[in-house]
Amino acid sequence: MRSRTMLLLLGAALTLAACAEDDPVTLRLLTHDSFDVTTEVLEGFTAETDIEVEVIPSGDAGTVLNQAILTQDSPQGDLLFGVDNTFLSRALDAELFQSYRSPRLDVVPERFQLDPEHRVTPVDVGDVCLNYDVAFFEEQDLPVPEDLEDLTDEVYRGALAVQNPATSSPGLAFLLATIERFGEDGYLDFWERLRDNEVVVTDGWSEAYYGEFSAASDGDRPLVVSYASSPPAEVFFADPQPDEAPTGVIEGSCFRQIEFVGILATTEHPDAAQRFVDFMLSPTFQEDIPLQMFVFPVVEDAELPEVFVEHAELPEEPFELDPFVIGENREDWIDAWTRTVLR
Amino acid sequence: MTTTSGGATRIGGLTRERGPVVTAALLAIPLVFLGLFFVWPVATIVLTGLRPEGVLDLGALWRVLQDPTVGGVAWFTLWQAVVSTLLTLALGIPGAYALSRLEFRGRGVLRAAVTVPFVLPTVVVASAFLALLGPPSPLNTLLGGLFGEVAPTIDLRRTVTAILIAHAFFNYAVVVRTVGGLWSLLDPRLEDAARVMGASRWRAFREVSLPLLRPAIASAAAIVFLFTFTSFGVVLILGGPARATIEVEIHRATTQLLDLPLASVLALLQLVAVVSALFVYGRLQRRATRQPLVAGDQTVRPPRTRGERLFLSANLTVMAVLLAAPLLVLVERSLDVGEGYGFGHYRTLFATTADTILAVPPWVAIRNSIGFAVAATVVAVVVGALAATAAVTGRGPLARVVDGALMVPLGTSAVTIGFGFLITLNRPPVDLRGSPLLIPLAQALIATPFVVRTLLPVLRSIDERLREAAATLGATPRRIWQEVDLPIVGRALLVAAGFSFAIAVGEFGATVFVARAQFPTMPVAIFRFLGRPGAANFGQAMAMSTILMVVTASALLLIDRLRVGQVGRF
Repeated sequence: MRSRTMLLLLGAALTLAACAEDDPVTLRLLTHDSFDVTTEVLEGFTAETDIEVEVIPSGDAGTVLNQAILTQDSPQGDLLFGVDNTFLSRALDAELFQSYRSPRLDVVPERFQLDPEHRVTPVDVGDVCLNYDVAFFEEQDLPVPEDLEDLTDEVYRGALAVQNPATSSPGLAFLLATIERFGEDGYLDFWERLRDNEVVVTDGWSEAYYGEFSAASDGDRPLVVSYASSPPAEVFFADPQPDEAPTGVIEGSCFRQIEFVGILATTEHPDAAQRFVDFMLSPTFQEDIPLQMFVFPVVEDAELPEVFVEHAELPEEPFELDPFVIGENREDWIDAWTRTVLR
Repeated sequence: MTTTSGGATRIGGLTRERGPVVTAALLAIPLVFLGLFFVWPVATIVLTGLRPEGVLDLGALWRVLQDPTVGGVAWFTLWQAVVSTLLTLALGIPGAYALSRLEFRGRGVLRAAVTVPFVLPTVVVASAFLALLGPPSPLNTLLGGLFGEVAPTIDLRRTVTAILIAHAFFNYAVVVRTVGGLWSLLDPRLEDAARVMGASRWRAFREVSLPLLRPAIASAAAIVFLFTFTSFGVVLILGGPARATIEVEIHRATTQLLDLPLASVLALLQLVAVVSALFVYGRLQRRATRQPLVAGDQTVRPPRTRGERLFLSANLTVMAVLLAAPLLVLVERSLDVGEGYGFGHYRTLFATTADTILAVPPWVAIRNSIGFAVAATVVAVVVGALAATAAVTGRGPLARVVDGALMVPLGTSAVTIGFGFLITLNRPPVDLRGSPLLIPLAQALIATPFVVRTLLPVLRSIDERLREAAATLGATPRRIWQEVDLPIVGRALLVAAGFSFAIAVGEFGATVFVARAQFPTMPVAIFRFLGRPGAANFGQAMAMSTILMVVTASALLLIDRLRVGQVGRF
């Protein structure tokens, strides 16, 4: 009996899944787990355009992109948000997206527009930077390191926690920063000295920040790889909110991360998808970004929330690398890093 | 398969002729389930990797097998799994006796509570372990108190020891529930008789109970081995990134490098190892002994001697140090509101409204988690019970291998299964893209082997003479099942159901890779909080973890108290 009911249920669900035909257009937005948007903002888009949006998060940025590439012939969505400059070349090489130039790109600085063919559109920018524990450096009367080279100094022995670039996106960004800073010939030597200075490597951001970083956990490391926007988050998510952020950003360590949205080449609703891309660049959406995803808007006419104005700054001259150079060398760099630091 | 013969041999022939048909009927659902949701997705993704240009390319196979680091990774994967399994058994078997045979206050609650570690997300547990294993740990405080300045500082972070302890922490319940399930049914008079005849307590255990328990111990060992063999988070987080298992490498190749040929070869390597291990296990398992099992509370009694009380205290100490300490760290953190303690994080958590698209109000997360878990439990119990019955009563090669086959998903990479789902169940005839059904199905894939493993030793141990006696008295097969099998199997079914529920609540395996739009669960909520900086986010993650523990313990307590057939609570 029971098993027959199960089968019937299964059958019914299969049929339902197969017949779910969208009458007013429903867009499916594939994205990573860190995406979010205020419900009201998204409902505003639906009210205006009669286009429903279903947000489908599934894992980290790398996982989402690889899933999309593997299901190209029978895709799960219409748009993909969350490809960043470190994975961009893979998405473009796989011919995942179709070109669309949003008129709103006119108010997006050129330096964020990495694809001249506009197969992807920049949506936010959030740099990966070293964060430091303000109280620790005050108590120990230590100068905060300014340059990456400083990290190999004896006084910072055992002070730094980084993420494994093979498994973590900020970890990869920090590795790229060191490659840009020391060059392809010098970065492994730097990492060797960093290893001798007892750097600790964790698997992901959460383990470093909530497991090792002295400002946010029981850990004893006053330096951690995190984001330029982490200090305002520390203020925003504290009760009561402090006047000064308990953490700070080391500007000379930042690597630029730009996140893009792309319209999948296979979508059946290209017009609706284009309207959604425009919407993502609208002031309403862009101004919602900082407090939902803790990154910075890309358009010039978006206003930053108070807590960002006071406690965050987007670095003027972060390290940057051409996405195609990253694409060509990523695996080799990671392998070399793994042999140098972990083995 | 179906044969209709003339009425030649009515009496004896009837059952014999029906044998294969009944077996086939019993096996139909488990085989379809396994085929559709395991073999097909996994075979497809592995073949996709081995045929990068549409033709079979074994170059990747050589490339991987000749890579010296792969050998090291495979060896580490194997030995840490073996040692983890032995450690878990050594701690868990005495614990199983204490919790299934000795009566003491709070036994029921404790038996539900030991399963809690099993459901917690690794990243959450790891943060507690790092606090307990690092320099500021209570152990070091104690050593410092005892020896002052000269005290050694023990730091187990990022060591193999940390991995082994964590594996024992997570899998203790597997042994306690699987072995304890059978132990509570063993007739205590057997061991008593041996004692009366002068055997020491140890000898009576070794020569009477141990052989009878062997199938359950083998089951538990097999499950723990497979779990630790495919361990991912524990190895990465507690062992540090320098140590990699095959699972870690598959994960990396698939989600980061998109190197499917490499992932496929590693998945095959994992499969070969798992199938070999299962083969060895099958050898051990088949030598089950039949014995009269007794149902219910009859076997439980308070500790009588000083030795028994000491034994009980020792086990309770193990549970306190190994299981309770890390859990208490999490509870403590959920109450830590900066200056002093309070319920601030819980208030913030429950004040969450759905004002952003992916915000997860706690009630919704709890409801979703329970909903998925119930669905997965039903699927796993149905599939598992059918398969176990077929394995015990059925004939033919399929009946002999079905239990082993259902174990394979346990030892298969979650990434392989998850990505397999993605590229096979995404088009007609089975289009489950974005369907919430995928989640309980993926969970049931991992939970079913537990059901089979828990039921098999009990089913095999039921004295055939009881069934025959009932048949002689004119009972129909259905009646025999109700009157003979169910009361004894009932307990095992409940143990199995409890475990399935725990697995599903803990969201093991491939569910991580199943896209879900509308049904965030408790672990999903925890991950979301942990993905953001800020004291409030960390506090809410800990509060949600604590709620997850309470929900799990309550559900298991409830399941343990259910009545099945004639059997009361155990």
